[in-house]
Amino acid sequence: MRAQFVLSEISVGLRRNLTMTFAVIVSVALSLALAGGSLLAREQVSTMKGFWYDKVQVSIYLCNKNDASSDPNCDKGAVTSQQKQEIKTDLEKLDVVEKIYYESADQAYNHYKEDFKDSPLADSLTADQMQESYRVKLKDPTKYQVLQTAFSGRQGVQEVQDQRSLLENIFNLLNGMNIAALCVMALMLVVALLLIVNTVRVSAFSRRRETGIMRLVGASSFYIQMPFILEAAIAGLIGAGFACVLLVLGKYFLINNWLQEKILLINFIGWDAVIKVLPLILAVGVLVPAAAAFITLRKYLKV
Amino acid sequence: MIRFDSVSKSYPKQNRPALRDVSLEIERGEFVFLVGSSGSGKSTFLRLILREERASTGQVHVLGKDLARLSNWKVPHMRRQLGTVFQDFRLLGNKTVGENVAFALEVIGKSRGQIRKTVPEVLDLVGLGGKEERMPGELSGGEQQRVAIARAFANRPMLLIADEPTGNLDPQTSVGIMKLLDRINRTGTTVVMATHDQQIVDQMRKRVVELETGRLVRDQSRGVYGYQH
Repeated sequence: MRAQFVLSEISVGLRRNLTMTFAVIVSVALSLALAGGSLLAREQVSTMKGFWYDKVQVSIYLCNKNDASSDPNCDKGAVTSQQKQEIKTDLEKLDVVEKIYYESADQAYNHYKEDFKDSPLADSLTADQMQESYRVKLKDPTKYQVLQTAFSGRQGVQEVQDQRSLLENIFNLLNGMNIAALCVMALMLVVALLLIVNTVRVSAFSRRRETGIMRLVGASSFYIQMPFILEAAIAGLIGAGFACVLLVLGKYFLINNWLQEKILLINFIGWDAVIKVLPLILAVGVLVPAAAAFITLRKYLKV
Repeated sequence: MIRFDSVSKSYPKQNRPALRDVSLEIERGEFVFLVGSSGSGKSTFLRLILREERASTGQVHVLGKDLARLSNWKVPHMRRQLGTVFQDFRLLGNKTVGENVAFALEVIGKSRGQIRKTVPEVLDLVGLGGKEERMPGELSGGEQQRVAIARAFANRPMLLIADEPTGNLDPQTSVGIMKLLDRINRTGTTVVMATHDQQIVDQMRKRVVELETGRLVRDQSRGVYGYQH
């Protein structure tokens, strides 16, 4: 196959259908930007969940020696090993408890480091500031109250925390936005596909003389179809490129320059998450239009 | 070269078949006129040879291959051994004469050197030497048909299919085209030509195959156009 010949065919084809090509690029860019955004939102949710979120429902934080002065629940000083043992046996006696994890201050520090590795908060902490805790998985997550009444106010216990109530609202919001983004994306993708089908059809029609002659003289169907498929793939690639630019700009302006400065407590996704998404977007941007073109050609370009 | 074994072809939504039980053999190097009124099945006959259509029943052999058994992806290779010429020339108006011929060689993957050598050669052969840079629109009908023949012959096909190649040309120009086709035939290429041109058929005195409503009604080795036309 002669590359120069194919390239000139493609550039002629793209220019002939300039308005359609433009429409394809815009719709592919928007749908893929939304797709990428929704992937990143999911990533954001899992970043925020941290180490324990999916494993346990209730955390029982134990007093450390720093809390003794700052927290009224801990005015008796740090938790003793006897208190810890009592809490553990009492927990084991409860019916609603399925599994108990113990997290030492060092482990807590490591998990925190892991969860907040991109945040400046992580650097200011030391291991002895962290609390020991029991992390409890319940048989029925709604039975949180049982533990609340049994352990809060008890000596050595700083706080009994329903892990979920903390983040549930934010997650619901994020999930809702995610679903909305996916719906719009699906719609845009359908629009993009219809545009590609139409573009290829018009393109095949306006070049029917050439393709007819190619068929006549025995050009292979691959050779005849390749310019059309590459046209769609190139338009898709340009669209995907714009989608990537949109995502990077979104990460830079929305998260780095705005949200991250306003909300210090949330650990936002880092550049690595964004960079992981980009190749996927580019691949989808090339392959989906190419496949759409190929399927369209089977119908409109007899070989 | 070409063999039809009781070939019938019906198109969907048409109650009368386009070809009915046609059996015929065309040998290598022959020159065959295909005559018959419009709708007699000439075009279907040619389309079956080119495998643009497949026979409904019966077998079509072209260049020793059973076309019914030829898989789709092998069809282009089969067509490279055929040349085709049409009434409407089918040239690309935005390409020069030379580029039109070169296009046919490019799309079957010939090397640039080969193309540069072949194009002037074959244009010389059809009597258009030196007109390589002209646009088809600047040429007369006869010259345009010569370009089409050059394109069809550029790959030195074993078989040349011509569907009313003189249909758009005046008698004098037609004679020139027929001389060219005759010369191509003398190089050993088999020529099958569908035509309505009585004068040409009568003059050339070649084999004549006549179709009528899809049936083969006459096959004469040195025939004329028709008895009563």
